[in-house]
Amino acid sequence: MPDVQSMVAEFVNKLRKRKIEGSQATAKCTVELLRSVISHQRVPHANQAAALIDAVKAVGQQLVAANPVELAVGNVVRRVLHIIREEDLSLTTAAMAGLDLLDASDDDDIDNCKGIGYPAMSAAVVAAAARSTLRPPSLQTLLEGTPESATVPYTSSSGADSESKSKSADKSSLTRKLKHDVIEGVNQLIQEISGCHEQIAEQAIEHIHQNEVILTLGSSRTVLEFLCAAKEKKRSFRVFVAEGAPRYQGHLLAKELVARGLQTTVITDSAVFAMISRVNMVIIGAHAVMANGGVIGPVGVNMAALAAKKHAVPFVVLAGSHKLCPLYPHNPEVLLNELRSPSELLDFGEFSDCLDFGAGSGSLQVVNPTFDYVPPNLVSLFITDTGGHNPSYMYRLIADYYSADDLVM
Amino acid sequence: MDTRRGALAVPKVRRVGFFTPTEPPPESSQRPNRSQSGPVEATTSSSPLSDSPSGNLISPVLIPPSRHHSDNLTSHAAAPVPVPGPAAFRRYLAHDRSLHIGSYNAPDSLLGTSPPSSNGEFSEDSVSLFGFQRSDSTKLSASFPNGGFDLTLAVRAPQEPETKIATASASEGKKKIAEVSGKSESVTTKPQKEKEPKSLKDKTTKAERRAIQEAQRAAKGEGKRHADESGKANPGMAAKKPQPKKERPPVTSSVSEKTAVAVEKEKRMDVPQTQMQYDDKSRVDKAKRRAVVEQTEIKNKVELFLHLPQYERGNQLPNLSSSFFTLDTIHHAVYKVGLQHLAGDISGDNARCIAMLQAFQEAIKDYTTPPMKDLTMDLTTKINGYVSFLIECRPLSMSMGNAIRFLKNQIRKLPVNLSEPEAKASLCSDIGRFIDEKIILADKVIVQHAVTKIRDGEVLLTYGFSCVVEMILLYAHEIGKKFRIVIVDARPNLEGQKLLRRLVTRGLDCTYTHINAISYIMREATRVFLGASSIFSNGTLYSKVGTACVAMVANAFSVPVIVCCEAYKFHERVLLDSICSNELGDPDAVANIPSFITKAKQSKMMDNNKNLQFLNLMYDSTPSEYISMIVSDYGMIPPTSIPVIVREYRRENLLL
Repeated sequence: MPDVQSMVAEFVNKLRKRKIEGSQATAKCTVELLRSVISHQRVPHANQAAALIDAVKAVGQQLVAANPVELAVGNVVRRVLHIIREEDLSLTTAAMAGLDLLDASDDDDIDNCKGIGYPAMSAAVVAAAARSTLRPPSLQTLLEGTPESATVPYTSSSGADSESKSKSADKSSLTRKLKHDVIEGVNQLIQEISGCHEQIAEQAIEHIHQNEVILTLGSSRTVLEFLCAAKEKKRSFRVFVAEGAPRYQGHLLAKELVARGLQTTVITDSAVFAMISRVNMVIIGAHAVMANGGVIGPVGVNMAALAAKKHAVPFVVLAGSHKLCPLYPHNPEVLLNELRSPSELLDFGEFSDCLDFGAGSGSLQVVNPTFDYVPPNLVSLFITDTGGHNPSYMYRLIADYYSADDLVM
Repeated sequence: MDTRRGALAVPKVRRVGFFTPTEPPPESSQRPNRSQSGPVEATTSSSPLSDSPSGNLISPVLIPPSRHHSDNLTSHAAAPVPVPGPAAFRRYLAHDRSLHIGSYNAPDSLLGTSPPSSNGEFSEDSVSLFGFQRSDSTKLSASFPNGGFDLTLAVRAPQEPETKIATASASEGKKKIAEVSGKSESVTTKPQKEKEPKSLKDKTTKAERRAIQEAQRAAKGEGKRHADESGKANPGMAAKKPQPKKERPPVTSSVSEKTAVAVEKEKRMDVPQTQMQYDDKSRVDKAKRRAVVEQTEIKNKVELFLHLPQYERGNQLPNLSSSFFTLDTIHHAVYKVGLQHLAGDISGDNARCIAMLQAFQEAIKDYTTPPMKDLTMDLTTKINGYVSFLIECRPLSMSMGNAIRFLKNQIRKLPVNLSEPEAKASLCSDIGRFIDEKIILADKVIVQHAVTKIRDGEVLLTYGFSCVVEMILLYAHEIGKKFRIVIVDARPNLEGQKLLRRLVTRGLDCTYTHINAISYIMREATRVFLGASSIFSNGTLYSKVGTACVAMVANAFSVPVIVCCEAYKFHERVLLDSICSNELGDPDAVANIPSFITKAKQSKMMDNNKNLQFLNLMYDSTPSEYISMIVSDYGMIPPTSIPVIVREYRRENLLL
């Protein structure tokens, strides 16, 4: 236990100091941390799921508070909570199925078989299917406290009996099973997060044609893989990379692209509007995707999106599913932004000689935001690991990944 | 300003723009190249009717010089023309050529076929025309077109009543009724002249041309004599001036039609030359051979911009500075400015333009006409040489092009009878006046206008460094307005820091950020002030790269965009995108980034990888719909009014 506590503390520290860069890395670390939290969590005999959920929530709150702008942390915590709930639910239904109390049991079995047959399908999906057969979402269920109590009374009273019976029958095995299943699910989530690049890159060939000119900005591994995948398929195209001024991530991306043999041209950020008229497609990697289809991306993205809109150039956003955030943004340019050190723009003390602090007149502020918000109407397409989607479809996609109970942590 | 108003008052001037029925002949593409001088003449002439097909054609018949000369005469001049005729015509030819040479785009002229010596003759007449008429610009230009022809006409002049001449001189003082009528007539001669030289040029071989030049030279002598005579006729006038009126006799409808055509053509010539296209290998090679500055081309060019010069930086400067004392074709002041442009010590359009003009001023002061040469012609050649040198150092900005055009016009207009020192003094004062009126005073006017748009509590956003905007902000601060400034900056030049330093020193509240953060900071802004490098007649703003981004985002956030631009930067070209016409900066400036990314790796990558290019665009074009208002020395106008200003005041701009 103490080691988990210290791990959490360490990770929180890292988040606070912004030591971890990139939403994918953050997401991965978060899941791994949560996995160890779960595996170390001692679960009581009754209400194990609730105990796990509480533990994960507690850690999750700390993590989110450590870096509220890194939405991937919150997303992943919600995903893990969702997995716990679904595993718990599927266990419950399995138990019920074993008792043949429901007609649906056959279906459940079939579902389970399918789940085994297709390893790619997560248990959560199976559980979601089972859940929807069992209990259609309603306002009442949303308002219920714990899922267990919600499930039981609403499915059938006999189900509750059976469940308690089965629980008492093989408590220890069930306990282990839930935890085991949850960890399995979390492992799958980890795989999904680390594999999202490939999934997205696979679709590249459908979107990039011969001799295309693509503009990108910021440094995103997803974009890199996406472009390289098209290159490997023998497409030849040209890439313009905006340098991304204060941090120059564009230069990093350009270097990698060139190393993979792509025709790359680095342009200044200010030339985005000038060049956009000769660009066929803008591809960027998102930092986070909000429920309304808005995108939070590297600073400067909004400018590119507006220019693309002006010239009717498709604006494509690549985002792994861990970047889908179930929240609707309010004033995201400010509230979901982060101001970095002014020293990236002006050297420390560079202008101190011209400032007359005594007189009290004249002041100098330096603004160096990290992110930019692109409203959904400027986005043409999202490409996620589950395929391409419209901005307007994002809310539905999010409903697949998160349970409504967890939206507010 | 008075003159401007006067110009407006003449209705005929306006008509030109709207009625231009006949479409320009096929060779239109070529035309623009030679145009420089055209603008002056073109805009003014007034004839509305113009269906005459004859005007359009460039008839092959005209080719042999002697022949058209006669054609000319027969068709236009009622009076029998004495000897000088052919020569005069040729002179016109020479004039045309010289125009070509004279155009501000030097590379082009360098490539041009005509050797500099060819321009010698044309000048006196046209110059003199201008000289005395300056007071009334519209008139003047109207009469101007036939300048080339004048001498021949002058010969005929004796027939004309003395009174005419008197009027002409009177016109110098102020207005000229008679002239209006005279104008259309005088204009008539033009089309033919116009045509002929052109076809000549097209078809004659070098040898032929040389022969023509000789003839011209000979003719010139004669022409001078005639001029002197006419000059004597009315001593009050500077020189042979009577020309505009001479044309009197046959004003037939066909003539007026021709006039219209001529106008049309001149119009076309009015359009400034297109820049040299660097993807045209043969021309580039030719240009290279004449170049003073040795340039090596960049190995790794950006394909989209092959039409623009892409040279390696940094290696020309040592060469040039070492040859400083050996080069005698370029005046040292011009040389200095060239080096400053090359090294980037002078930046900003106004600064560059002023530096260039002052260098020219100095060069003119030190200039002495070589024996056996004519000042106007030789000086034009010299200036052309300087201009092409400057272009080699750094492509000219649009405003510099306009200034050079002005200067060449002034040279061409020099009255012939001026002594050399007088001519030089007049040119120098003209240049000084241009700087004062068109740049310095204009800025003051702009500041006065723009300040009225600043209210207390506003947040003004500006981009990069513009000296006009700086003046506005400082002045507004001085008169006690309370406002905050957001300075948006962009790599690689980071000119905004210069502005920031000056403003902060003066005690203004500043916020500084990079262009990427523009949509973050734009929510705070209430007004955007931008500088301009040029504004084209379709309303497109051509300015420091990034301006378009700022204007676009401002537009998206519904923040008004105010562009501050002196009217001498207005240009009659049109532009749709930022690709066709632009300037490329040093790619290394983009490649070199602050130390926290390992530089060594970067440069290595760049040197040996064909696939990686760095693009350092200098300008971009902002569509007019993003611009709410343009503040110029003519007041606050919408972008749609640019073509009007260009049309109505172009002449005035050139003549001052």
